[in-house]
Amino acid sequence: MTTTTKTTTRLDVPKTYKLFIGGAFPRSESGRVTEVRDGEGRFVANVAKASRKDAREAVRAARKAQPGWAGATAYNRGQVLYRVAEVLEGRKAQFVDELQRTEGLSAARARAQVEEAIDLWVWHAGWTDKIAQVAGSANPVAGPYFNISVPEPTGVVAIVAPQSQGLLGLTSVVAPALVMGNAVVVIPAASSPLVAISLAEVLATSDLPGGVVNVLTGDPAELAPWLASHADVNALDLTGAGDLDWVALEVAAADTLKRVIRPEPGIAPETPQRILALTETKTVWHTKSRM
Amino acid sequence: MAFLDYAPAPESTSILSLREDYRLWIGGEWVTGGGEPFASVSPSTEQQIATFAYADEGDVDAAVRAARAAFRDVWGPMSGRDRGKFLFRIARILQERARELAVAESLDNGKPIRETRDADIPLVAQWFFHCAGWADKLDHLGLGAAPRPHGVAAQVIPWNFPLLMLAWKVAPALAAGNTVVLKPAETTPLTAMLFAEVCEQAGLPAGVVNLVTGDGATGAALVRHPDVDKVAFTGSTAVGREIAKALAGTDKKLTLELGGKGANIVFDDAPLDQAIEGIVDGIFFNQGQVCCAGSRLLVQENVHDAVMDRLKERMATLRVGDPLDKNTDVGAINSSEQLERITRLVDRGVAEGGEAWSPACELPQEGYWFAPTVITGVEASSTIAREEIFGPVLSVLTFRTPDEAIAKANNTPYGLSAGIWSDKGSRVLAIADKLRAGVVWTNTFNKFDPASPFGGYKESGYGREGGVQGMQAYLKAGER
Repeated sequence: MTTTTKTTTRLDVPKTYKLFIGGAFPRSESGRVTEVRDGEGRFVANVAKASRKDAREAVRAARKAQPGWAGATAYNRGQVLYRVAEVLEGRKAQFVDELQRTEGLSAARARAQVEEAIDLWVWHAGWTDKIAQVAGSANPVAGPYFNISVPEPTGVVAIVAPQSQGLLGLTSVVAPALVMGNAVVVIPAASSPLVAISLAEVLATSDLPGGVVNVLTGDPAELAPWLASHADVNALDLTGAGDLDWVALEVAAADTLKRVIRPEPGIAPETPQRILALTETKTVWHTKSRM
Repeated sequence: MAFLDYAPAPESTSILSLREDYRLWIGGEWVTGGGEPFASVSPSTEQQIATFAYADEGDVDAAVRAARAAFRDVWGPMSGRDRGKFLFRIARILQERARELAVAESLDNGKPIRETRDADIPLVAQWFFHCAGWADKLDHLGLGAAPRPHGVAAQVIPWNFPLLMLAWKVAPALAAGNTVVLKPAETTPLTAMLFAEVCEQAGLPAGVVNLVTGDGATGAALVRHPDVDKVAFTGSTAVGREIAKALAGTDKKLTLELGGKGANIVFDDAPLDQAIEGIVDGIFFNQGQVCCAGSRLLVQENVHDAVMDRLKERMATLRVGDPLDKNTDVGAINSSEQLERITRLVDRGVAEGGEAWSPACELPQEGYWFAPTVITGVEASSTIAREEIFGPVLSVLTFRTPDEAIAKANNTPYGLSAGIWSDKGSRVLAIADKLRAGVVWTNTFNKFDPASPFGGYKESGYGREGGVQGMQAYLKAGER
C-alpha cells in the first residue's frame, strides 16, 4: 500500500514483487526491474524483470517437479486446485486492490474478475478425476486383447498468458495445464504483474509442490522465444501471444515438436479441450489369449 | 497381558456430542415423527446410543413434498456451478469432522474404528468431492447437451456402510440436480443425523435433503410414494425384488444394489502372501457384512492345503473385539438378528458336510459377536455356497482348471463381485472377461472409488454407482 488515510498515520509496508521459481521467490538474476505505476501515475512497485537465465532456471524447476505432481492421485490434485480457490477467496480484497491499481478497474469489475477466476479454479479442480473417463476409452480391438487409452500429462508447458484481465487470463491458461499433472512456466500479462505474483503466493500456500508453477514477470517478447526454443519444454501455449511474432515462436517450437496452442483473442475459453491439448494419449495393450 | 499382546487403545468418544433423541429432518426442520420413537444400540455393548423418530406415511409424504418444493423452487433452477459449490462445502466439512463421524459410525455399526477412520469416512468425503465436480459438467456425461435431473429421489440404504451408502446415494443425486428423501437403516441411523448437521453447516437450502428414520415400512412407503421420480435402493435381493415389482408400470426410475456371493479365485501361481491378505480383507472386512464380500473362496486344488495353512495362521492373528479400539481387526455383528442368521447358516453348512474352523479367540460377554470362521469341504450345492451369509464366514471350494473356476464362480444367481489371484496377466484378464460380475478385482479386493462404477449383474441388481455411469443414473437426456 502506498496510500495513507486521514484516520491513521501508520506507514504502509509495501511488498517486493519478485519472480516465482521452484517454490521460492527470487529476484531476477539480471537485477532488472520494471517500474509499475497506477492510473494516476503514482509509484506502486518495482517488479522483477525476468531474463533468459531465469527462464532456464524456471524450466529446470518445472522439469524436476513435474513427475511428482503427475504422480499424485487425481483426487489429490483436485483437492490442491480446490485449495487454490479457497485461499484465493480469502485474499479477494488484495487481488481487487491490485487489479484496480494496474488495470484501472472499478471495484465492482475488479471483484467480478477475481470471483470469476476463483470459480474457474473450482471448475478445473473438478476435472482432475473425470477427464480420463470422458476422454479415455476401452477399445474394442479385433483380437483377444485388453486395450485402453488414457490421457497423460505432456510434461513441461510454457505459457504466454492472455494480455488482458491479468488474474482471470492467467488462471484460464495455468489451471488447465495443471489438471492432468503438467508443470508450468508462465509469462503473465505484462500489464498485470502484481496479481501474477500474488497468485504465486496463493499457489505456494495451497499444497501445490514447489516448481509445479513458475512465474516469470517481464517482457513476453523477450522471454517467449527462449521458451519456444528450449529443448526441455514439451508444449507451448501461445494463447496470449497474439501481439507477438507468434508464427516465429511456433516455428521455433517445431524444432523439438512441441505441442502448440495458438493465440486466442481475449480470455482462453472454458473447455476441456484446453486440458486435453496438453495431454498425450497412452494406449495399453495386454494379451488375454492364454488362460 | 501375555507377551506380544496389545494393550487396549480405545479411540475416545469425547469427540462426540450426541443428542438423546433425534427427530426427522424434513424441509430443514427437525420434526417429530408420527410413529413410536425407537432406539439404536451399540452392537458391541448393547447400550442405547439415542432414540430416533419413526416416520410414518404422513411423515414420508411431508418429506417428499419438502423435496418437491426444494426441487421446484431452489435446487432445480440453481446453476450447476452453485450446486457444485454446496457439495464441495459438504465434502470439506465431512473432512473436518471425519474423526467424529468415524467414532459415531463405529459406535452405531460395530465396525472397527480402523475401517471407519481409514476407509468409510475418507471415501464419504471423496464421494462428495468427486460428485461436486460433476455438477457443472453434466454436458460431458454422454447424455447430450443439458441433461435434466429426474426430480425427487427416494433412497433407502443399508446398515453395513451407513454414511458411505448415504454418500453414494446423495452426492450424485444432488450433483445432477435432484432433491432427496433418504431413509437410513433402522439399526444405524446415527451418522445420517450427523450428516444433517453437516448440511446445516454448509448452508444447504432447506428441503434439498430430507431424512426419514424408521423401519422397512417407512422405506416401503417412501419408494411407493406417487410423487417420487427416482428410487435407489441398496439392501437385500428379497426387498429389491419387492421394490422392482412395486415400481413396475410406473414412471419411476430404479437402480438396485443388492446381495452377492462373490467368488475369490486363487490360482496356484498367485502371489500367496498378497492372496492371503486379499482373502482376509475380502471376507473379514466389516465382519463380512459386505454385499461384495469374497465369501466363496475358490482355490486351485494343488495349493489348497498350503493356502488353508497360511490362512489359518493369519486368521489366528486377527484381533476381535471393541470396535473403538485402534488395534481391532474384526468388530461386532451389527444386530442380534444378523448374528442369529449367521449362526443358523453356519450350523447348516456344517450339517451339510462342511468343516468349520475358527481361531481361539475370546469374545466379549456383551454385544453381538461371531468369530472369524472358515468352512472347508464345501460343495457347490451346499447352502453356504449359494446363500449370502453376510458375516465373517468363508466357504472354501476347490477347482482344477480355469474353466472349472469360471463355471463355479458364475454358478450363482448373484453377480456383484469377484476376485482373481494370479501372477499371469493374460490369465487374469481372460478370466475377468468370462466372469458374470459387475466388479472384478485382480490381485486386490474390496477397492472402492467414486470414479469407478460399482454394481451388479443378475440378481445383484442393476445400475451402477460411481463414475460417469453413476451420474447417468440420476439424469435423463435434455429436451431437443
